[in-house]
Amino acid sequence: LDINERDGGKGKLESRKFQKENRTHLPRLSSRGSLSKELYKILFFFRWLVLAIAMVRFYMEKGTHRGLYKSVQKTLKFFQTFALLEVRIVPTSVLVTGVQVSSRIFMVWLITHSIKPIQNEESVVLFLVAWTVTEITRYSFYTFSLLDHLPYFIKWARYNFFIILYPVGVAGELLTIYAALPYVKKTGMFSIRLPNKYNVSFDYYYFLLITMASYIPLFPQLYFHMLRQRRKVLHGEVIVEKDD
Amino acid sequence: SKHPDPFHTLREVEILDAKIREKLCFLDKVEPHATIAEIKNLFTKTQGKSLKDEDVLQKLPVGTTATLYFRDLGAQISWVTVFLTEYAGPLFIYLLFYFRVPFIYGHKYDFTSSRHTVVHLACICHSFHYVKRLLETLFVHRFSHGTMPLRNIFKNCTYYWGFAAWMAYYINHPLYTPPTYGAQQVKLALAIFVICQLGNFSIHMALRDLRPAGSKTRKIPYPTKNPFTWLFLLVSCPNYTYEVGSWIGFAIMTQCLPVALFSLVGFTQMTIWAKGKHRSYLKEFRDYPPLRMPIIPFLL
Repeated sequence: LDINERDGGKGKLESRKFQKENRTHLPRLSSRGSLSKELYKILFFFRWLVLAIAMVRFYMEKGTHRGLYKSVQKTLKFFQTFALLEVRIVPTSVLVTGVQVSSRIFMVWLITHSIKPIQNEESVVLFLVAWTVTEITRYSFYTFSLLDHLPYFIKWARYNFFIILYPVGVAGELLTIYAALPYVKKTGMFSIRLPNKYNVSFDYYYFLLITMASYIPLFPQLYFHMLRQRRKVLHGEVIVEKDD
Repeated sequence: SKHPDPFHTLREVEILDAKIREKLCFLDKVEPHATIAEIKNLFTKTQGKSLKDEDVLQKLPVGTTATLYFRDLGAQISWVTVFLTEYAGPLFIYLLFYFRVPFIYGHKYDFTSSRHTVVHLACICHSFHYVKRLLETLFVHRFSHGTMPLRNIFKNCTYYWGFAAWMAYYINHPLYTPPTYGAQQVKLALAIFVICQLGNFSIHMALRDLRPAGSKTRKIPYPTKNPFTWLFLLVSCPNYTYEVGSWIGFAIMTQCLPVALFSLVGFTQMTIWAKGKHRSYLKEFRDYPPLRMPIIPFLL
């Protein structure tokens, strides 16, 4: 008898007549998705690689980070918006992925794209580098897992790099938003004041302050979630849960 | 086993929790040709759905030894308490803004009154709406569950109180702009609001009359002599339909974007509830009227 797994809504019934793991050498298809989901993951891996290479080449040619954002922005915006798909494709919890994807889209479209003066800030490079390295590690992890041939280094990287990269990325994002504040206050961009016929007001400056403050409760939760995952995967069971 | 034929011996099936390796269920009279689906069914019947107070022991699908699982639901609070708190908040908070209590608007506006009629009308409508809800909670509604988890009260109050404050701030603001189409717009909006309030109340009364006091019987709601209940012909949850209508009316009356957003969020939540209710009606009653939609006639 093989291992008999059936994903039936609330629970799985597995009969374990044999204790050893079932190892096949075919690509494992996710029981819920189709082959296209797996292709997306591989695609994402390559797009982050492309972005990284573009960034490195730029730096080597120009010797400065000025204008770096300008040259990578189209690719970054395209792929980051595409990342909306990730919320449904990636095996992590919807909430965690959702928070991450929305904060990235927020940074790319509502900060760096809209507030041109801050595009040459060092803090931009900080989070771009953090995101790129994180994503390359993450997607190579998914890709290699799919092929059932995961080098331990990739798993190690995926569950250890974040320890430095998360704080670095967050620092970059926060510093960038902070740098943008004077400009936002001066221009009053994205804001609407009373009186107006829709009887509503919105102050983008205060919105940014609140956003910065929200990192305080949100970031530790994401960070500790990853730390828990790390403990489970690297020091605990071998089998990785599909549903966090 | 009672069967002489060894190939048809009834089996015993033990189901363990895969993570903690503890025994979850013991089924002692399983047919050998039962499929995993059937076993899952037996299992969820004995563990998944919670038992009702009225369930009889010998009618449960368990073996000669019945194992009952106790699940701690955590701190609970009564539905009535939650509703009263949820609704008293907006009533009171709106009035704070209406009377322009100090520290909300500039000091020169403290305790002043708006010169726009629509602002006074809006206060009456908003207050009426929540007083109606409070009275219905106390005298009309019959709740199937006694309690809900404690954390719900924090979640719900944040939602109701937060939105009430947000809306009230703009409607009662010294710089409030009255509706573009003036008195015409306000009159139309008021009509929509009043009709929907009456409709909503009629539905609540009709639902109450469906179920006699103290009983837990469930019946399909049907239109009564009251014309407002004729919406039952087209939707399963006309109380939600009327509720959305009331808030749309209020949004048109005040021409205030936060009110429109509140209506949208409320509509989304009520649609989810209506779909759930509709689904459970369909599951429970074979002869459920096919024309009915959950919340919007013919559409949703």
